[in-house]
Amino acid sequence: MNGPTMSIEVAGLSAIVTSLSSDAHTWNLVYLQLVLEELGVRVANLGACVPDEVIVGECAERRPDLVVVSSLNGHGCRDGVRLIGALRAEPALVATPVVIGGKLDVAASDNSARLLSAGFDAVFDDTAGLLPFRSFVRTLAGRAGLPIGTR
Amino acid sequence: MSLLAPPVAAPFGALVAACQARGELVVQPRMGFADPAAMRAGLLATGAARAATIGTVTLDSYTRVGDHGAVRQALAAGADLNGYPLVDHDHDVTAAMLAGLGFPVQVRHGSADPRRIVLALLDHGLHATEGGPVSYCLPYSRTPLATAVEHWRQACALLAAHPDAHLETFGGCMMGQLCPPSLLVALSVLEGMFFWEHGIRCISFSYAQQTHPGQDEEALAALRTLIGRYVPHARAHMVVYTYMGVYPRTPGGALGLLAESARLAVRAGAGRLIVKTTAEAHRLPTVAENVAALEYAAAAARSAHRRSSTADTGVLAEATDLIDNVLSLDDDLGTALVKAFATGQLDVPFCLHPDNAGRARGYLDAEGRLRWQRVGAMPIAAGPPGPDRITAAGLLDALRFVERRFDSTSLEWSGP
Repeated sequence: MNGPTMSIEVAGLSAIVTSLSSDAHTWNLVYLQLVLEELGVRVANLGACVPDEVIVGECAERRPDLVVVSSLNGHGCRDGVRLIGALRAEPALVATPVVIGGKLDVAASDNSARLLSAGFDAVFDDTAGLLPFRSFVRTLAGRAGLPIGTR
Repeated sequence: MSLLAPPVAAPFGALVAACQARGELVVQPRMGFADPAAMRAGLLATGAARAATIGTVTLDSYTRVGDHGAVRQALAAGADLNGYPLVDHDHDVTAAMLAGLGFPVQVRHGSADPRRIVLALLDHGLHATEGGPVSYCLPYSRTPLATAVEHWRQACALLAAHPDAHLETFGGCMMGQLCPPSLLVALSVLEGMFFWEHGIRCISFSYAQQTHPGQDEEALAALRTLIGRYVPHARAHMVVYTYMGVYPRTPGGALGLLAESARLAVRAGAGRLIVKTTAEAHRLPTVAENVAALEYAAAAARSAHRRSSTADTGVLAEATDLIDNVLSLDDDLGTALVKAFATGQLDVPFCLHPDNAGRARGYLDAEGRLRWQRVGAMPIAAGPPGPDRITAAGLLDALRFVERRFDSTSLEWSGP
């Protein structure tokens, strides 16, 4: 499938891309922003080491159609579980799609069940490539019929 | 604790200078474990490696961002951390971890606010650390640059109280990859000047290996010239970082890149090398993998020789223009740095920090040299026209350029 087709498919979605409070990696965020932009998604990139309250505040203000959390420093599962609790505690963000991916703990074990039960909508393992993530974004757009969260 | 011998070690800067005088490159790992026994074992193994070594204690990332509540929770729960929590471990625990090592240890942390870390390391008789007001703020935090400058001013003053205080600039490593060398050199020098202004007399200046050996050698020659020009009275050495970007996956490729960085360090007259291991592309390295990397790099260094001249493609002139422009903005260097970033006169490509203008962009030319595609408001010229717009695939290609070069040749590669 080529880029322009996908762009039409998801045009209108907006996303927040962010790391977690203790994670300083940013190339993953730069890359994900470009991937989403090429899918036609408008992106606000919050960058490195974003405190939970900043993420919650930005999400409550911008009301994105998708929140993409990316973490590589091995604290992603701990910090992610804490973050999703804070996001879901905000009434406006109870149903906002929030996904997480990367290297999520020091031991490279499978944290999917824990993160999903904590409230994430999807968990993307960094070994599986980008296809599952792109599919998720396209499905999100398709599910909406028109761009989700149109303001 | 009084029963434990304090750590006795040669001063950091003096050890590197002595090794350099006898033609030996000092090699150093990246290493940090939450468990004090594991941390001590790693330091002892580093010291026992067949190479001139310095030990590393890398702190965990909760400590880096000052979230000491999270550190204590993790320690109480027995959870793993990604480094040594120097501030929150009991004093006696850390004293025992460091006792009688007999070689210098550098504390590595990545913090935009290193004040508590500096107090903790001094409290344990340590005197060497690294970072900088720009390099540990922009890439790794959301702390306003002006706040980080103030924190680092205070941290320098605290550290300067130790007679052997050593501080390394991290400015030569910004973003790890895809930053054109002239900006890396300028930031390394500017951070060194900042340290000097705040009382630090023994300073190392970093530079991270990039994509082209000739360009890297030119950059280090420029760095050497500018240290002599702007910080002439510092006891100084240059420290090279083995490539910090996407790393080769094959053992041969990983070792080839490590060896190239060791030869670069020697050819350019650097005193120290921070190594990477064959595990880099896959996971955190074990102590044994780190020791193997230290010994491999030391062996590669022994086969290389100092070079007397390098080609000049303009790195020195660009770095000089960047530095002089910053110095013209304010009499106080910290204030000048803040003004420079606020107006985009310093602008780090691909850096997402709110205080970075984000208008500059580098690219890799056909020969693998890092060039400027756009310079934003920086007082330097853009190179010849590069690609119009970066795509996700184009970014990955650039990020993986070095990995591909070394992995694709690793089968033919035969030794250091």
